[in-house]
Amino acid sequence: MSEISMTVNGRKVQGTVEDRTLLVHFLRENLGLTGTHVGCDTSQCGACLVHVDGKAMKSCTLLAVQVSGSEIMTIEGLANGADLHPVQAAFREHHGLQCGFCTPGMIMSAIDMINRHPEGLDEATVRAELEGNICRCTGYHNIVKAVLAASKEMAKSTKGKGRAKAA
Amino acid sequence: MGMEGIGARVARKEDKRFITGSGRYTDDMVVPGMKHAVFVRSPHAHADIKKIDVKAAQAMPGVVAVLTGKELKADGIGNLICGWMIHSKDGTPMKMGAWSPLAVDRVRYVGDAVVIVIADTKGQARDAAEAVNVTYKERKAVTTAVDALKAGAPQLHPEADNNLIYDWEIGDAAATDAALKKAAHITKMHIVNNRLVPNAMEPRAALAQYDKAEDHFTCWTTSQNPHVARLVMSAFYNVAPENKLRVIAPDVGGGFGSKIFIYPEEVVCCWASKKAGVPVKWVADRTESFLTDAHGRDHVTEVQMAFDKDNHVIGLKVDTIANFGAYMSLFSSSVPTYLYATLLSGQYNFPAIHANVRAVYTNTSPVDAYRGAGRPEATYVLERTMETAARELGVSPAELRRKNFITQFPHQTPVIMNYDAGNYAASLDAALEAINYKGFEKRKAESAKRGKLRGIGMSNYIEACGIAPSAAVGSLGAGVGLWESAEVRVNAVGTIEVLTGSHSHGQGHETTFAQLVSERFGVPLDSVSIVHGDTDKVQMGMGTYGSRSGAVGMSAIVKALDKVEAKAKKIAAHLLEADESDIVVENGALKVAGTDKNVPWFQMALAAYTAHNLPGGMEPGLKETAFYDPTNFTFPAGCYICEVEVDPDTGKTDILAFVAADDFGNIINPMIVEGQVHGGIAQGVGQALLEGANYDPSSGQLLTASYMDYCMPRADDLPSFEVSHQNTPCPGNPLGIKGCGEAGAIGSTPAVINAITDAIGTNNLEMPATPQRVWRALQAKN
Repeated sequence: MSEISMTVNGRKVQGTVEDRTLLVHFLRENLGLTGTHVGCDTSQCGACLVHVDGKAMKSCTLLAVQVSGSEIMTIEGLANGADLHPVQAAFREHHGLQCGFCTPGMIMSAIDMINRHPEGLDEATVRAELEGNICRCTGYHNIVKAVLAASKEMAKSTKGKGRAKAA
Repeated sequence: MGMEGIGARVARKEDKRFITGSGRYTDDMVVPGMKHAVFVRSPHAHADIKKIDVKAAQAMPGVVAVLTGKELKADGIGNLICGWMIHSKDGTPMKMGAWSPLAVDRVRYVGDAVVIVIADTKGQARDAAEAVNVTYKERKAVTTAVDALKAGAPQLHPEADNNLIYDWEIGDAAATDAALKKAAHITKMHIVNNRLVPNAMEPRAALAQYDKAEDHFTCWTTSQNPHVARLVMSAFYNVAPENKLRVIAPDVGGGFGSKIFIYPEEVVCCWASKKAGVPVKWVADRTESFLTDAHGRDHVTEVQMAFDKDNHVIGLKVDTIANFGAYMSLFSSSVPTYLYATLLSGQYNFPAIHANVRAVYTNTSPVDAYRGAGRPEATYVLERTMETAARELGVSPAELRRKNFITQFPHQTPVIMNYDAGNYAASLDAALEAINYKGFEKRKAESAKRGKLRGIGMSNYIEACGIAPSAAVGSLGAGVGLWESAEVRVNAVGTIEVLTGSHSHGQGHETTFAQLVSERFGVPLDSVSIVHGDTDKVQMGMGTYGSRSGAVGMSAIVKALDKVEAKAKKIAAHLLEADESDIVVENGALKVAGTDKNVPWFQMALAAYTAHNLPGGMEPGLKETAFYDPTNFTFPAGCYICEVEVDPDTGKTDILAFVAADDFGNIINPMIVEGQVHGGIAQGVGQALLEGANYDPSSGQLLTASYMDYCMPRADDLPSFEVSHQNTPCPGNPLGIKGCGEAGAIGSTPAVINAITDAIGTNNLEMPATPQRVWRALQAKN
């Protein structure tokens, strides 16, 4: 067993976990943050994707002890009260989700993608960069639309204000 | 249409929770004292169980219980069954082998559940499962249906000689043979419909809690039809009487058919929660899902399509072998029979059809309905054959189809179905226009300049949805009625709750069903809530599959709304001292037509509950229920066209354009309907290009049991789709809805393969059409 501590969605948390505990299980079971999902066991589907120190990572492939001391952002930490993150809003506006299971990972992945492409995105880039996230419902059509729309929206809102704070 | 009513592109109400991580799926549920289960599964495709030693496992840290099939049987838990009786053509009933939820003396596929291990944590349960020692004596295995029918093949069930479950036929053999005899041309094909794994992103899961004081079970599970789960677990598996078993299907992360069926795990978890005296949660990992979720498709078919000298089809003869896997899953028997062969007339006026279907046991995962269920297989047979025939006859594939279209409705096919409405030429024309069919040759020449092979292929599908008239399916062997139920509760403050037996696992019912109510009473969408997925809340229901929630589920809601409206008008007429027949419901008020006299909706509702001033003899309250039993299937249809470019050096196919032109009848929310089509197309394209469940033929091991091995469609495998509608309202239900959930998966697969075979100039190509297969097909031709 190991003592770990980290900042999750801006809140300091700690816990005692088995060394084999994955970050996703620490988030879901110890912290009750069940928005992060487990859809596979080979790091392919991306339903478990969170941000670790500002970078998109699959929480099923990280031991909780590995990220002790890190800053973690999950889907639950995105919205500011009733104000949705632009990517969340775009997924709803463009019907980028159906069953909702892959959605948290998709949104976290999309935010990371948009942050890494301040020059803007095109359809081919979005499709290529979504390769680590599997959706079985939407055929990706509306997810791609949502990411492109959010990218434009975020570029507008950050003009003159510097980069958006890395979610 | 109002801003939020029928026809409006309303953003989904349910999205708020899904985009904020507040969805509640079965694995998110926690109850006090909950323990975790892991199943010990057969590593062999076929073996006798000689001994099960659980002692070492019981002694492992955190272990609460290790339970076997013997104990389960001793407690009277029943075998899993198939609920649709099919009789062979010799009149004998289908041969159903025994399927114990935990195998007792024999295992028949890799993944067959043998032991359940329950421990404080999932990790501990997993460790202890490793310590369970099962001694097996291996038997020879067989994985393909064709091999399983051969003399000397390994035998799976004593009930089924030669592994044959049934040998069934439909249509007129003599008339079809006569047509073949006098045909000017016959197109013959050997068609393999590859086995698929549904792969809902949420793995199956169950959490069972037993209340000793009340002798009552609660089971949260990933189900498309919780009431059916309760019914079957009560009536056939002896888990508990219905009044002692509550089944809750909370947010469910996709189904595509695979979550219709009642699997061993939820049955065993319920039983084990009582036996071990603790709540038991099981969540499949992905490999477990690959091994044990019911697979789809897996047909081998010989087809002959006979034409007269004018290129009219005069007969269709089909011989299909369907692989059912190791056991008969809940609705498996209906898939290659009444959901498949009854659609073999397609959109065409065929005077004679005969189909023979043999269903066969093999040492593979059970096979059952997967998005489309039988209809994709029928469409694939017809549309591959029609396209090939056009090439053989040297005529336009579009015009050959058009020549054979059904144009008069209603139309009785030779295989049971009575099509009620449609306009197949309208969808064909729309699709041809959308893809600029006329400009194809120019585009092909441009591709050729770059050394690429360009191809175009189409598919004109029809399906039977709105499943289904109860008496009709009863006469065909169904064990259940396929109506739907609804309850509409108008609260005292005028807000409305609709309780429905339909179940949403991505389809957006919370929005579309609310749009229906909003349209009807002119109340805001936010004042309407949809309740589903809980047998304690909803009176009864048959669930969601077969694109039935709109045509059947919403029709039940309409019937309940009719009753609510009738009572509301009586109350309003009384309050307004007007005649009931003069009252109209508009913009959230009940008005005396042609006057400014009105009573707001909420005030009428309050009056219903205060009951201070109701018409004489009227019961207080405003709540109505209804059951709706459809009078016919509905018949969505459409035309899909795919344009591809093949790299002859690598065999890699790129989809350049994909257009869908569908007739879904009336549409409630076009945004949601388009989303259903997109997703369906992606699954159909996945089947054509990427997906395939492969078993090692000698060991029976599933070689494609992870996302590393089974190729799921990714975003960069697909194009954006162009979707349009040419709707003819369905005359069979009050909303004129046909259904849209499966069309994409039904229509797209043959369009893709027709396009590739057009590009490479050969008719035969197996799915999935991987670069290697396409490259080999090209080499074989050259």
